[in-house]
Amino acid sequence: MKENWPGACGLILEEPLIFEKGGKGRMGYSLPGLDVDEADPEKIWPSKLIRKDWQGFPEMSEVEVVRHFTHLAQWNYGVDSGFYPLGSCTMKYNPKVNEDLARLPGFSGLHPYQPEEVAQGALRLMYDLQNFLCRISGMDQVTLQPSAGAQGELTGMLMVRAYLNAQGNPRKKVLVPDTAHGTNPASSSLCGYQVIQVKSNERGILSPQGIEEKMDEDVAALMITNPNTLGLFEEHICQIAEIVHHKGGQIYCDGANLNALMGLSRVGDMGVDVLHFNLHKTFSTPHGGGGPGAGPVGVKDHLVRYLPVPIITKDQERFRFDYDRPQSIGKVRSFYGNFGILIRAYAYILSMGPAGLKRASLVALLNANYLRGKLKDFYFLPYDFPCMHECVFSDRLQSQYGVTALDIAKRLMDYGFHPPTIYFPLVVHGALMIEPTESEAKETLDQFIAAMVQIAKEAQTDPGLLKNAPHKTKVSRLDEVLANRKPKLRWKP
Amino acid sequence: MRYIPNAENDWGEMLPAIGFKRLEDLINILPEPLRLKEALDLPSPLAEMELVQHLLSLSEGKKMISFLGAGAYDHFIPAVVDHVLRKSEFYTAYTPYQPEVSQGTLQAIFEFQTLICQLTGMEVANASVYDGVSAVAEGILMAQRLKGRKKCFLARSVHPESRIVTRTYTHPLALELKEIPYTASGSTDLNALRDQIDGETNAVVLQQPNFLGCLEDLEEAAAIAHAQGALLIVAVMEPLSLALLQPPGLLGADIVVGEGQSFGNALSFGGPYVGFFASKESFLRAMPGRLVGETVDREGRRGFVLAVATREQHIRREKATSNICTNQALCALAVLVYLSTLGKEGLKELARVNFSKCEYAKKRLGELGRLRFSGPTFNEFVVTLDHDPQFILPQLLQKGIIGGFPLKKFYPEMEREVLICVTEKISRKNIDRLVEVLGSVSKEAK
Repeated sequence: MKENWPGACGLILEEPLIFEKGGKGRMGYSLPGLDVDEADPEKIWPSKLIRKDWQGFPEMSEVEVVRHFTHLAQWNYGVDSGFYPLGSCTMKYNPKVNEDLARLPGFSGLHPYQPEEVAQGALRLMYDLQNFLCRISGMDQVTLQPSAGAQGELTGMLMVRAYLNAQGNPRKKVLVPDTAHGTNPASSSLCGYQVIQVKSNERGILSPQGIEEKMDEDVAALMITNPNTLGLFEEHICQIAEIVHHKGGQIYCDGANLNALMGLSRVGDMGVDVLHFNLHKTFSTPHGGGGPGAGPVGVKDHLVRYLPVPIITKDQERFRFDYDRPQSIGKVRSFYGNFGILIRAYAYILSMGPAGLKRASLVALLNANYLRGKLKDFYFLPYDFPCMHECVFSDRLQSQYGVTALDIAKRLMDYGFHPPTIYFPLVVHGALMIEPTESEAKETLDQFIAAMVQIAKEAQTDPGLLKNAPHKTKVSRLDEVLANRKPKLRWKP
Repeated sequence: MRYIPNAENDWGEMLPAIGFKRLEDLINILPEPLRLKEALDLPSPLAEMELVQHLLSLSEGKKMISFLGAGAYDHFIPAVVDHVLRKSEFYTAYTPYQPEVSQGTLQAIFEFQTLICQLTGMEVANASVYDGVSAVAEGILMAQRLKGRKKCFLARSVHPESRIVTRTYTHPLALELKEIPYTASGSTDLNALRDQIDGETNAVVLQQPNFLGCLEDLEEAAAIAHAQGALLIVAVMEPLSLALLQPPGLLGADIVVGEGQSFGNALSFGGPYVGFFASKESFLRAMPGRLVGETVDREGRRGFVLAVATREQHIRREKATSNICTNQALCALAVLVYLSTLGKEGLKELARVNFSKCEYAKKRLGELGRLRFSGPTFNEFVVTLDHDPQFILPQLLQKGIIGGFPLKKFYPEMEREVLICVTEKISRKNIDRLVEVLGSVSKEAK
């Protein structure tokens, strides 16, 4: 391998588990002297409630803690490390100023039950964000409460259920395309619905005929993702919405891929009744190694009454929480949502402005189509149409050499890139789902393309190199079978 | 456009390769009728400096002395916590699907899972759920998967938001949710539970310490639940109490859920927080959420991976144990760093400081009004005021004091009761000031 890849050199420091470090009597914390009489729980609580002790809890100084986590961080690959084209996850850059803003003491110190009159700035921010999301999506009202996309789905489907229930019949089934995220069927199921899978057509999208065939008066909703997980725009969405509405069903849109649409098209104009946003995808809030995210939900007017409580309203110049909503589905989590994440998304929208958001989506489309065009001679492209924000290849051309999508993904690590999403969507066998986002410079894309081309060559000439990849990471390929057969889920003394 | 590297010059080289002339033409991939013709109706972009000024102005507020707890606790966070959280290898990564480049996140979650087990006395814990409140609902759904019976009992002293969320989550199921009253001591009326529980019960849910600040007899509750073949679910919303309290797992709890905010996560107006979820090992396959497990690589070196994923939505789809995907990994990291920094001794000392200050506050406020409940508490308790809190609290607010949480919002029978929380951030002077101001306000009201 030529030695000019991001992954060409490195130093990896070893680090034990935190329980294997430190020593008795060490502490990284200090407390001021007690200014009241010391009270002893052993004299006040029943003795059976008193903790006897615990084994193995860490005891460390501050410097040991810092080194521990500094070493752990070095084994991680984030967006700040380099190109992270994890399809469907929109791993775009997370602006640094937004991290500072979310930590402003006037925000981070706010208690959720603080009286409204001493939380007006926070309420205004949330009120404005609700409105921004409405305008970007074309929906009529937004709740900021759900913690993540999947909880947004649950919220949205519970509202659909409440709406249909009010009409006398919650119905039994939900239609879910074969390209959908796993959360869609899981959320439908959690709402008590039977999931009916709908096949996408030879162009990778839903056909009105396909929906017509499955649609009946037992179907509560169709859950659609637009653009879908193949990165393709669901062209017939308006016609499909008409079919579903005609039989009394609702259209739920999974907004995981809204990064393709900002300022270009509005989901609310496509016949959609409910939409969730992923602020940690489209609106640049960090993914945090697996959260926290935020999954606000937008609805059309006929569903507003079912939104979770509270929603934020404005009376003259005063912002307040409105809990007086008798038809609300209730609440899906504590308080009002992941406020710290909402601040970051709000700051992002204000930084970008209308033209900036549109530019972000256009460049996301440009970058994805550029990769698609440059790689399609080397990797099989099952749906060869202009894509939106991501494109899906497969390992078909490499499989003749015994090389799989997993091998390609692992080999990419040696070149210093995070792999794309693999084996999803399920409709593409051996899928490689690449989402570059707008955050990447042309030269990064070119470097990634060169790595992918070289890996395609290696697959022919030296497949073993791929089968045994990665070679340069902290650990080599891990035994997942062992981890599942004999789960070891905690350290023990 | 400071976050988008490719500029016009770059498009010029890229567009011809994909058969387009101008960047704007990419909109033509969309069907014509759906192309947005007008610009989005949003404010003009702000420069970084303007943005900072704007958010500073929104965040401005008067510094208050706050006695609010009720599920969100104001503890001091050592600087080291945020310094670790700001390491962008942690916060700009995603779910560790590719373990070879995610060992940092994976080992941290493994350590978090271990700490939660140690604190709760349970055998297994997951990588986190959204918050302590929805964790209760997830616990009830898990009990339903395990038992498949008709009802659940929730103590009225479980956080009211947990009960509301549980109702929302379980609405589509034919699950009967029954409430257990509290006694004059402030703990759950276990006799009432014993009278009502039957063999159709999935689970009994108690909170420790409960929402009214009082301690529950978990051992007795477990005996009552287990006698009917039901599970005991214990919710812990103020986990600092576990430094002094016997872990629920050692008292018979089958599932322990809770809120980790107290450990290194800012109040932040209610989120992001982090729910924890622990259970007995035998229930592992029915657990919601992600799990990290230890394994080895091809050279036999220790490493960590996402484990037992066959429960999860991305594999099982509609048959998954929950729909959770993104959870609260970074908040769980905050918990881990915080607990590592305090260590065993620091945590115990901090808990004793909270307890001692709360006992002092109880004594002082007990002189003035009435303590509503006689049972033992940790760092929260209920006071009955002489007048309606709706009248008293705004007057305290004018003097810079947030005088606790008025319970009438969730308990109509508690018209004059206020829940007061005292953490290490409250000084003796603050408590004396509350007593003094409360005394003068009450006197004026007469």
